[in-house]
Amino acid sequence: MNPLTESTLKAESTHKRNRFWFKAFQQRYLYMMSLPFVIWIFIFSYVPVWGWLTAFQNYKPKDSILDQKWVGFANFIELFQDERFYIVLRNTLAMSTMGLIVGFTVPVLFALLLNEMKGQFFKRSVQTISYLPHFVSWVVVAGLVYKMLSTDGGAVNQLLMWLNIIDQPIQFMAKGDLFWGIVTVSDIWKEMGWNSIIFLAAMAGIDPELYEASTVDGAGRFRKMWHITLPGIRTTFMVLFILSIGHLISIGFEKQFLLGNPLVTDYSEVLDLYALKYGIQMGRYSYGTAIGIFNSVVSILLVFIANGIYKRVAKESVI
Amino acid sequence: MQGVVQKNIGDKIFDLFIYIFMTMVAIATLYPFLNVLAISFNDSVDTVRGGLTIYPREFTLRNYETIFGFEGLITGFRNTVIRTVAGTAMGVAAASMMAYTLSRPDFQGRRWMSVLFALTMYFSGGLIPGFLLMKYLGLIGTFSVYLIPALLSVWNVFVIRSYIDGLPFALQESAKIDGANDWTIFWRIILPLCQPVLATIALFIAVGHWNSWFDTYLFNNRNPENTTLQYELMKVLLSTQTGSNYRDPNAQQAMAAVSPESIKMAITIVVTVPILLVYPFLQKYFVKGMTLGAVKS
Repeated sequence: MNPLTESTLKAESTHKRNRFWFKAFQQRYLYMMSLPFVIWIFIFSYVPVWGWLTAFQNYKPKDSILDQKWVGFANFIELFQDERFYIVLRNTLAMSTMGLIVGFTVPVLFALLLNEMKGQFFKRSVQTISYLPHFVSWVVVAGLVYKMLSTDGGAVNQLLMWLNIIDQPIQFMAKGDLFWGIVTVSDIWKEMGWNSIIFLAAMAGIDPELYEASTVDGAGRFRKMWHITLPGIRTTFMVLFILSIGHLISIGFEKQFLLGNPLVTDYSEVLDLYALKYGIQMGRYSYGTAIGIFNSVVSILLVFIANGIYKRVAKESVI
Repeated sequence: MQGVVQKNIGDKIFDLFIYIFMTMVAIATLYPFLNVLAISFNDSVDTVRGGLTIYPREFTLRNYETIFGFEGLITGFRNTVIRTVAGTAMGVAAASMMAYTLSRPDFQGRRWMSVLFALTMYFSGGLIPGFLLMKYLGLIGTFSVYLIPALLSVWNVFVIRSYIDGLPFALQESAKIDGANDWTIFWRIILPLCQPVLATIALFIAVGHWNSWFDTYLFNNRNPENTTLQYELMKVLLSTQTGSNYRDPNAQQAMAAVSPESIKMAITIVVTVPILLVYPFLQKYFVKGMTLGAVKS
């Protein structure tokens, strides 16, 4: 190689490197404002994934993660052979599917009705009231649910007796087959108003000319709701729906933890609680981690499947 | 002509239906709270008779006097207030700084940092690896476990960033020509302009901290000095549910005098009221913030 070009190249690359460091120095404040959080997210979001290795080990906390006994897929095999796992999986999917269906239809209907209201003051008051339960913790909500459903003087039992639907108070919290319904209804009570915000905003964004034009064409109120308002929120709805499908399996456990009791565990135990019980309370970290991995893998698969279906149907992608 | 009249009647019936339905929604939402409020102010012996609705029959402050004597509750209240204030301040500061750097098109680290943050929205290590991490970091049994792992929410970073993207970039450029450095631009120009979105984010973070109980349950259940309000309420709730005893000896004594039911209701009110005082005033902000976040996603 010609020595001249070599030295030119070298000079150019040092020049480039210098320019990089010069610019980095110029942007030092930006680095100071971001690097601490980059380190933070690395530790708190990426390092736990490294902890997935424990699922393939027989993890004992006293040794480092690299000095453990490797057991291959033994934890997963044990998991898939455990009968309890299938009960837990059934509970998780049942409650998440119910939550998904009710959790989308009810807020949409609520938003649709709010959108049709004319009295501004009443409308705003109802909205403000409906947001309230969203801000209250599940601990409080669980307490309210227990109170409302109690057998001595719970409002729901009293109302049902007053309406002559039942003549004996129902022991709601002791009946396993009612548990899924109770969780779903509590959830919708808590989040209906909040989840309607986004649909109301989408409805507010619909071009008013569409409504005017349809009035001229003689369309009534229900036709407008069906042909203009609902299609107007379709994109918002689909995006949120597909994102929720990804969460089908990781529905959290707060509700089930707080509303469940020993009488209904066969219906209330969900994957996260199962992982909590084995992983932390019994100290079987590896087994608990295996449950967590199953959870993550299924949710990622679900997102891609849902997105794939949506892509095929609507010719556009959400993620 | 007849058709028009009929349509109006149909419309009116529908309007009436909406009003009735909305009134029922309002009642169904408010009644449980009012019921609890009434019981918390009612004499606990009288409460056992049942039939209380939304106003106390025999007014008393004794339930509240009793719970304010619980040591666990006072400590919990203090800790919850501290973590809410500190956690919100730290959370807003962290998210806005990170969002600003990611919004700068000329920033070298913007590309890879964005990817690093965005990826975390699709997976999580899970409960157990997270627990083990806290163990390695020595955070179990400390107060910091409330603040450090929850420092940043990627979602909040992206919401603020999309808000900053909506601001005219010329503002930053002219400040730069005037000799302002990046920190000054952030502090003097970006932060004041971001007030609406920061108010929303602050509300979300504050509510999250105020309502959090599971981290206390998982990491601080053996450290009464680090207890939180929601965790104390959860203990009372579960103890009256399963019949086991609430551990605070102070509380056990008091519960013998005032019924656990009344105690539970009074604590519920104490836990709930601060939030109710705050959120209606921030409503216009969070409605905007919600839509902003969703549109961007």
